[in-house]
Amino acid sequence: MMKGQHSIFGHFFTNDSPSLWIVAAVLLIYPAISSDFFTFQIGAYSLILGTISLSLMMLAGYGGMVSLAQLTVAGLAGYLMAIFGENSVGVMGFGWPWWITSIWAILLAALFSAFIGTISVRTEGIYTIMITLAIAVAFYFFVRQNYVLFNGWTGYAGIEPPTILGIYWRNPIPFYYLSLVVAAFCYWAVVYCSRSTFGLALQAIRDNPRRMQSLGYNIVLHRVIAYFLSGFIAATAGVLLVWFNGRISPGSVSVGVIIDILVIAVLGGLRHPIGPFIGAIVFVLLENFAIDLIDRERFNTVIGLVFLLIVLYSPDGLLGLWKKLWTRLIDSRKIRPNEIGNELRTKSADSIETS
Amino acid sequence: MAGLQASALSKLQSAGRYALELESVSCHFGALVAMADINLTVESGERRAVLGSNGAGKTTLFNAITGDFSPTAGRVRLFGEDVTDLPSHERIRRGLRRTYQISLLFHGLKVIDNVFLACRGISRGRFSLRRPVSDDSAMESAENLIEVVHLTDERDRLVANLSHGQQRQLEIALALAGAPRLILFDEPAAGLSPTERSVLVEILQSMPEHIGYIIIEHDMDVALQVAQSVTMMHNGRIFKEGNPEEIENDVEVQQLYLGSGHV
Ligand SMILES: Nc1ncnc2c1ncn2[C@@H]1O[C@H](COP(=O)(O)OP(=O)(O)O)[C@@H](O)[C@H]1O
Ligand SMILES: [Mg+2]
Repeated sequence: MMKGQHSIFGHFFTNDSPSLWIVAAVLLIYPAISSDFFTFQIGAYSLILGTISLSLMMLAGYGGMVSLAQLTVAGLAGYLMAIFGENSVGVMGFGWPWWITSIWAILLAALFSAFIGTISVRTEGIYTIMITLAIAVAFYFFVRQNYVLFNGWTGYAGIEPPTILGIYWRNPIPFYYLSLVVAAFCYWAVVYCSRSTFGLALQAIRDNPRRMQSLGYNIVLHRVIAYFLSGFIAATAGVLLVWFNGRISPGSVSVGVIIDILVIAVLGGLRHPIGPFIGAIVFVLLENFAIDLIDRERFNTVIGLVFLLIVLYSPDGLLGLWKKLWTRLIDSRKIRPNEIGNELRTKSADSIETS
Repeated sequence: MAGLQASALSKLQSAGRYALELESVSCHFGALVAMADINLTVESGERRAVLGSNGAGKTTLFNAITGDFSPTAGRVRLFGEDVTDLPSHERIRRGLRRTYQISLLFHGLKVIDNVFLACRGISRGRFSLRRPVSDDSAMESAENLIEVVHLTDERDRLVANLSHGQQRQLEIALALAGAPRLILFDEPAAGLSPTERSVLVEILQSMPEHIGYIIIEHDMDVALQVAQSVTMMHNGRIFKEGNPEEIENDVEVQQLYLGSGHV
């Protein structure tokens, strides 16, 4: 029933589709068939970046608000983990239990996201991008210069996931499954909520804010709450990211990385929540292997070119490209038998007439 | 004392009596005076037509009432309450509704979702993260409303794929959601075929009596069928007020209509 309007791919990822189960099965057995490097550096990392980009997809795709500060929110959550939890630098590090620290960090970062929303929500299009970029850059310079809270240029190291049930969760396989559970939950939540009252209203505000107002909606509040929820997702992924890296510094929230998140989301496609994950896999693979073929400096050129090609030829990202190919395939299959049928029919009609 | 009480009493009475009161409302766009010094009262349940040539300021009048654009000067009272400083959505929640001259719909959503959002907008649960269940009260009213405007067959179609006439019908459905007390229809018949027009007239005539409306309508035939009183606007001012026959037979109005017809 709940097909949504996202056509082919949306259709693919609904509950009744077998491909959902195939993808789920592959994701589950993936660590068994790949090396530690592929499990951790490629698998888990793609899932984390995908989740951060998912938070952007949710804001941009459903809400029409392109925020460049999603990674900043994730980064703040990471910093808060170091500040309230444990770190090896000897600055701050209150040593709170990991679960209180995570909840607290995610909540504060989500509130920060709501605050960013409050500032930028009255702007549209390019201005939203500019304001959120300004906030992100300001945050970068702030953490770089602030030694009391953020330990300046050095940042924090030694931020580790806990050992629970005798499992050290930073080991590749446990960490992969941890990231998978978080990513899958966030993905499911976004898909589910896109058809909820809140989600429908958000899409309607994107389509036509003025009309929503004259239907009784407080569109400013609605958008700010969208920022909060998307910040919640970004922050959750941010906690995973800081556990993944074990450290965080101004470089982790610099403009380059901020743009990466945008690239990933656009690369994959902003129309469906699966897009950011596809974008993340492609991005992480390129980042790891394009470097073997060309040197580091040229990597950005490759990414830039891919980005440009996607924006020019498939505004809906790789997802849109896939959709186009798929419809073509279906069409070519459908038309053939029909055409043959028509030919037969016209022939028999002819023969009837002549006889 | 007695005077105070009397004034409070008259206020109470007027609260029940008038759905809308405009007091010296003006609206300027830079140097352009779109609406000047409008005084207008509409009684509860009254059905009023607003006539006037293009650019007379009719849509601007609606925008001032709903708060889409705030008036430059003057006060707006809805159901006896001063709403001049309230945002649009607060006025809607008090029982005001409107349609737009150029359809403002949610093109990426289905017909039913458009109407569902309209029904949800004036009730609780606007921020619910749960999907609406089929026996959700807003969903039920939405199903009823699409039937009222004859769109049941288009229930699951995207708005972008509807015909012009169907989009106009959906415009009306959005304004009927919840418990409206005063509806502003901005040229609902524009671009409709004669059959669609008669459907529109039927929808308007079958509305419950306690719901008042103001309808902007160029077509005198339609206006006279659905309104008890008429306000003529010209150059941002109220030019004439009266019942339909008076307006139709008014010499000045005829001159104006003929005059503008020749231009
Ligand atoms: N947002 C706006 N900005 C500038 N001028 C406007 C705006 N809205 C309306 N106007 C002007 O105000 C005048 C009245 O417009 P309007 O109320 O739309 O007329 P009507 O609905 O009677 O055709 C017109 O001259 C129009 O150009
Ligand atoms: Mg108009």
